[in-house]
Amino acid sequence: MGVDMAPALQGLLTIVIGIGACVAYFFGSNLLLDTLFPPRGPKAGRNTNIANLIRPWLFLFPALFALGLYLMYPVVETMRLSLTSRIPGGGYEWVGLANYAQMVQEPKFWEAMGNNLLWLLVVPGMATIFGLLAAQLTDRIGWGSIAKSIIFMPMAISFVGAAVIWKLVYDARPAGQDQIGILNAFVVWLGGEPETWLTIPFWNNFFLMVVLIWIQSGFAMVILSAALRGIPEETVEAAIIDGANPMQIFFKIKVPQIRSTIMVVWTTITVIVLKIFDIVFAMTNGQWGTQVLANYMYDKLFVARDWGIGSASAIVIMILVLPILVWNVRNARREMS
Amino acid sequence: MNNIAGNKPALVWITHLSVAFMVILWILPTLGLFVSSFRNADQIAGSGWWRALFPTEQTLTLRTGDPETQIQQGDIYVIEGNIFDEAGEGAPSQLSAWGTSSRDVSAYEPGDTAELNDGERLTIEADGAYRMESPQQMEGSRGQRVFVTGSVPPSLTFDNYQRVLFSGSTTDGMQKAFFNTLTVTIPATVIPILVAAFAAYALAWMDFKGRALLIALIVALLVVPLQLALIPLLKLHLNIGIGKGYMGVWLAHTGFGLPMAIYLLRNYIAGLPRDIIENARVDGATEFQIFTRIILPLSFPALASFAIFQFLWTWNDLLVAKVFLIDASGRTTVMTAQIVELMGTRGGDWEILATAAFVSIAVPLFVFFFMQKYLVRGLLAGSVK
Repeated sequence: MGVDMAPALQGLLTIVIGIGACVAYFFGSNLLLDTLFPPRGPKAGRNTNIANLIRPWLFLFPALFALGLYLMYPVVETMRLSLTSRIPGGGYEWVGLANYAQMVQEPKFWEAMGNNLLWLLVVPGMATIFGLLAAQLTDRIGWGSIAKSIIFMPMAISFVGAAVIWKLVYDARPAGQDQIGILNAFVVWLGGEPETWLTIPFWNNFFLMVVLIWIQSGFAMVILSAALRGIPEETVEAAIIDGANPMQIFFKIKVPQIRSTIMVVWTTITVIVLKIFDIVFAMTNGQWGTQVLANYMYDKLFVARDWGIGSASAIVIMILVLPILVWNVRNARREMS
Repeated sequence: MNNIAGNKPALVWITHLSVAFMVILWILPTLGLFVSSFRNADQIAGSGWWRALFPTEQTLTLRTGDPETQIQQGDIYVIEGNIFDEAGEGAPSQLSAWGTSSRDVSAYEPGDTAELNDGERLTIEADGAYRMESPQQMEGSRGQRVFVTGSVPPSLTFDNYQRVLFSGSTTDGMQKAFFNTLTVTIPATVIPILVAAFAAYALAWMDFKGRALLIALIVALLVVPLQLALIPLLKLHLNIGIGKGYMGVWLAHTGFGLPMAIYLLRNYIAGLPRDIIENARVDGATEFQIFTRIILPLSFPALASFAIFQFLWTWNDLLVAKVFLIDASGRTTVMTAQIVELMGTRGGDWEILATAAFVSIAVPLFVFFFMQKYLVRGLLAGSVK
């Protein structure tokens, strides 16, 4: 078949070893704990207490180790890297905020910041609105579940796949030829001129955003649909008796009751927007004024190989995510207490 | 409460129409790519994919037989045959108009007779049968040029899939990338589950100091951009000798997937009935037994939800694979990375691009349609409330 089977075998082996190691660790460490502090005999009570003190950490250790190494350490290390600069020939030197200073002088950085802001203003809002609309409308018709499946489907498609799909939608042929992109075909049918949508300054950002809205509306719909169904029927029935029209019921009765879920959807999509990379990378690679932060960072890290500025821009993304992080943590704590 | 609209027929219609409009809007882009993957390069470049299912009008430039094939009938010379003989596959079988000049390609109807130079007369029937007569011997090396307009029946082909999946072509072939993606995905989906499940149980049902703080930490880590992890971890992998490769990408996906896994599983496990767990404890079961005999089997729906998530995420990922897996040799490229490459090198070759993209999105779509229930459940449990 010409396919290198070694990595597949390695993968299988890794699964076996990985799972085996996990099981062995959990089983072994629990056995050890029960042997050292047996919950019977003269000191049964004391032993049980000690074991109960230690056991949670045995259960947690592998996860905490992985989280520490793969998420917490990198945050600190990236912060450190953003304050250092590579010395030609090897090693690093402390440069303070010089990377940040250099970054804010680059027009591309501000282009990325501006575009990310534009994405933030448009995408979470539009996806939430479409999701809410789809949730409300599909819940009241017979073929609603099929419609839901179709609107939800782009969630399964990769950003790269979506980029190819939409590049075909936006495809442009010279005027006079048959258009093969459906958007230009439509424009020509209306009597307009074909456009190369992805190169129109400023507006091309919106054509990229459409792709993410298309993907995320299904997510919003699923979450909001569940929330809408959870609304107590009495509130709606009372409104009907009071003579409210469907619009009023939707905006004055239903939407206020699911406000917290709307916020959840909005913040989740906002975090996705802040990290958006693949769509821009695959469709324009930041050309024609479409740069965004994550792609700017990728350029700096792996094209320009400037780890200082690359790390500085990663920290900028982190800072932008921070308010949502704090908000989420506060909500989660309130939920638990 | 769903019968509010039922009172007003107009509203019902508006609802149906709006949903239909949205569904069409949402399905069209994917449908376009899907249909295009079954068309050949000429068809894609010649007409929009939405015409693929209908017959299309096409004008072909064909020739009659060579003068060598003429035969003498009485005092005239005749060339006879069918104009479609040389047209090859995908040609119309009926013509609706024809012509001999590029300035007027549809000057004649089927059955008409055209007067050509030197007293030659050409007649073409609707089925392509033609008869060219001349009072004197015809000369030249090639036959008369004829423009034929006819409707081509819709034709779809599996050639693109053949080429992308089985040809073994190094640039277009997705076969290697498909297996590489699979090799990345499966361990990266399986390994985090067990690690997360134990941690989730401890966070849900064990009492210890700092539990609330740890849960808060998990919630915080849910949104930490993985962009921050790229350079430090790549450095780490290079330092400890893993380098760029499968091991690195498996570990990275495991680390990045853990917060979601723990959060989702903890929410589910915390919702299991308290009685079951406390009865087991009273009966003297150890925590390890409770976990393996009770919690794991009962948590199957949540485990499935997370597995689907992680599978979709790792299958569709581009960034992590580019940073931790794909080295300069490109032997370990995954489908998403190869598609981006194709977009650069073969941006205009939609037949290859569309097919390659569809091969890569077919598996997630399959998973999506068959396990939508678990995906929805996972989304509902996994979004921070």
